[in-house]
Amino acid sequence: MIIELPLLILLVVTAGGAIMVKDLISAVFILGSYSFVLALVWALVGAVDVAFVEAVVGAGLATVFFLLTLFGTTEKDTHIRRPPVPWSALLGLPVLGLLLLYGAGDLPAFGDVASAASTYISPEYLENSVEQTRTPNVVTAVLMDYRSFDTFIETIVIFTAGIACALILRKGGS
Amino acid sequence: MIRPHDSAIVRTLGHIVIPIAQLFGIYVLVFGQHGPGGGFVGGVIIAASMILAILIFGIDSPDSVLARKILHGDGLGLLIFAGVGGLCLIGGGQFLNYSYLQIPSLDEASQHYAGILLTQIGVAVDVAVTGVSIAVSLSFDEDEISNDEVTNV
Repeated sequence: MIIELPLLILLVVTAGGAIMVKDLISAVFILGSYSFVLALVWALVGAVDVAFVEAVVGAGLATVFFLLTLFGTTEKDTHIRRPPVPWSALLGLPVLGLLLLYGAGDLPAFGDVASAASTYISPEYLENSVEQTRTPNVVTAVLMDYRSFDTFIETIVIFTAGIACALILRKGGS
Repeated sequence: MIRPHDSAIVRTLGHIVIPIAQLFGIYVLVFGQHGPGGGFVGGVIIAASMILAILIFGIDSPDSVLARKILHGDGLGLLIFAGVGGLCLIGGGQFLNYSYLQIPSLDEASQHYAGILLTQIGVAVDVAVTGVSIAVSLSFDEDEISNDEVTNV
């Protein structure tokens, strides 16, 4: 709790900063630090694999892609003037946030063994994955063995993204 | 558009950092079954090291020859992943059911282990190729990349 609170405050501050800053390159760097803080939060609650992905993709690769895109633009595009926030957003978004907080009260507690997520099939994975697959890391066993069809389709999605970027962005090729 | 960097500090540091990053990526990929990490993260780290080589030394430099070669590998990782599934089909089972992966002198759990490792390598290759490919698409025109190897393939 002592460590979580400053991290969560930092998360909100970096998220707001990335939206409100005027220069797009600064926004990209603040977004990278936001991903880094989010990775720390994931690591703190024990989701080390997710933290790893967040640190590498969010703070690393996505920042590089954003910067490479910005280097292809001019000063006029990266320095933006923001229009004033409409009243409907100022009124509606806090109401929406309060509704979400109200709904979050019904979520099961963190690590609750009786919650729906940890009763149906995840005990099977946790109990049997080591003797069935010799893989101590259950996350990898679930992703690559029990749920390998999902991972296969995700790989197809990544492949499609690369092909689409090459088709749209590369000019001059025959 | 991206020119090679001429600062001695950046170039020297690049020569030190890039091999370490690639080694770390391979470590994360292979160690994914025993600790955090896996194919996706390992592939992204390898891709990031190659993008770093492109940004520091330029795409035509001999130091980024791996990044230039890997651009021709589109779909290779997907082929490895689907190939493991196809091997399971040939072995008499369902698609991606590693119990039917016919590897001699391995019990069923070790076959699952080998299947997970092979598909992770497939994911890593796919992610690394896609990362480098998107970075090159964002920063270079096609005619800026030297075409001597494109004609060979």
